[in-house]
Amino acid sequence: MSRQFPSDNVGIIKPQTAHFDEELTLRSGKSLNGFDLVFETYGELNSSKSNAILICHALSGDHHAAGYHSESDAKSGWWDTCIGPGKAIDTNHFFVVSLNNLGGCAGSTGPASIDPTTGKYFGPDFPVVTVRDWVNSQAMLSDKLGIQKWAAVVGGSLGGMQVMRWAISYPERIEHAICIAAAPKLSAQNIAFNEVARQSITNDANFHGGRYLDANTYPKQGLMLARMVGHITYLSDSAMGSKFGKDSTLFDPSGDKFGRDLRSGTLSFGFDVDFQVESYLQYQGERFSENFDANTYLLMTKALDYFDPAIDFGGDLSRAFEQASCKFLIMSFSTDWRFPPARSREIVEHLLKAKKDISYLEIDADQGHDSFLLPIPRYIDGFKSYLARVFEELSSDAA
Amino acid sequence: MRPDLEIIQNWITPKSRVLDLGCGDGSLLNYLKLKKNVNGIGLEINAKDIQSCIAKGVNVIEQNIDEGLTNFQSNSFDTVLLAQTLQASSKPDLLIDEILRIGEHGIITFPNFGNWKSRLSLASNGRMPVSKFMPHNWYDTPNIHFCTVKDFDALCVEKNVRILARTVVDSQHQGNWAMKAWPNFLGEIAIYHITKNS
Repeated sequence: MSRQFPSDNVGIIKPQTAHFDEELTLRSGKSLNGFDLVFETYGELNSSKSNAILICHALSGDHHAAGYHSESDAKSGWWDTCIGPGKAIDTNHFFVVSLNNLGGCAGSTGPASIDPTTGKYFGPDFPVVTVRDWVNSQAMLSDKLGIQKWAAVVGGSLGGMQVMRWAISYPERIEHAICIAAAPKLSAQNIAFNEVARQSITNDANFHGGRYLDANTYPKQGLMLARMVGHITYLSDSAMGSKFGKDSTLFDPSGDKFGRDLRSGTLSFGFDVDFQVESYLQYQGERFSENFDANTYLLMTKALDYFDPAIDFGGDLSRAFEQASCKFLIMSFSTDWRFPPARSREIVEHLLKAKKDISYLEIDADQGHDSFLLPIPRYIDGFKSYLARVFEELSSDAA
Repeated sequence: MRPDLEIIQNWITPKSRVLDLGCGDGSLLNYLKLKKNVNGIGLEINAKDIQSCIAKGVNVIEQNIDEGLTNFQSNSFDTVLLAQTLQASSKPDLLIDEILRIGEHGIITFPNFGNWKSRLSLASNGRMPVSKFMPHNWYDTPNIHFCTVKDFDALCVEKNVRILARTVVDSQHQGNWAMKAWPNFLGEIAIYHITKNS
């Protein structure tokens, strides 16, 4: 008996691999001599190839954005909330492409791949890639798929940064830019958190200068710590409070527990786990460390730190945006403290200065930065209506 | 089309840039887009209205006018609209300054508190008027800065704002010769087209 998926789910998806023989010169000046990009597609490409939407993933994301990989797959893709038949990114209307970025660890060429010139793992020798490099490689994938112009390029967080880069670097290839919970560049605080993550990885005894795969090990503790720190920044204080504040406790029977649920009901008076939030973070970190490459994590955080599209325009973001000819939808979430609404408002301000078509939603949500992955009604409604208009536009253009 | 919108659209140049402060469900901007091919952007804080704008394909920015408009460049729009929102703003005088900083022209509409119905209601009942176009009680009204046509004229003089056109209509948005003669007494909604005095 085959598994029945909900009618709004894309079902079982088989990832594909695109191989590129061309040399890709990177922002750093280094180059990659051929590479693979692994990707998935959902929905059907129309005959004029005008209904394609590109999904750009965030720090720890990959190509598996929707559906399942097998009948027994317990977990759906990372953006299953938003991608599927009748969902915000409606696969009845759009052909959706989602890839694993260069330097990733889910199948695209990255530090955990074998360097064909040496026959060994790239490891720390894999060049640092930037958002611009990703977008250039995504444009190569677009060529391969025969997509001249994306109906929309969509992404949250680091994915939103790729969306901005698309709008600026390839104005003729993007009709709509949807940029969610992003920032025009990282703040010192953002970089500081990334540096803590990097230090915890590189200082792990099993890091071996990045050559841990050759040593048949991996920096589990470091990666775990990095993820724990990151995870804290994805959640809001209130989201943690409600997640870990269900039980009434001995020392806080008032009901106002600020998420201080105990793991065992009593204090240990030792340095083991006392509170639920501690074991939750450890669990999250542990699971992540088993599935993610440490060198990729380092690369991704650097791509974040380096992102600054204003840099080619004397620091003037509005001049960068003047290059764009697409329409923009910007969305932010009230309790996001990683990239708070103020950062999205900066984007809005510069888009206004550049006289671009723009809509901006500032959504009240308790769930912090992670909100962009969650079914928050106002967010989903706005997202869905916007894309429904995009579909109407392209349908009337074709008529 | 509502007659007040008909009046407003006459003052809008085709293909111009229009900013609508408190754009509601985006009807006016949508109308101006279809009729005048304007490049419009609306500001709104009501979630339901914002959703309607998005569904219409009207550019909308979720932003509270009362928290300032400093993210808008000077002289970046041809016309800045403020329809039935002046009386709900916290600092109407400063808002008018902002409108004429951002736009070359401003179009402002507001309920005329000097209308005879308001006067009669206050005079006879001794209570704040509640009517179809001012449906709130004094304590829960979003309209915190009511003014009359005469008040607004006086503010324009004080601020050295040039009134290019002024018209009044009733709550059905109809105007007539009598309203032209006694705008502050008969007009229920005032519509002003203003600019900076050079």
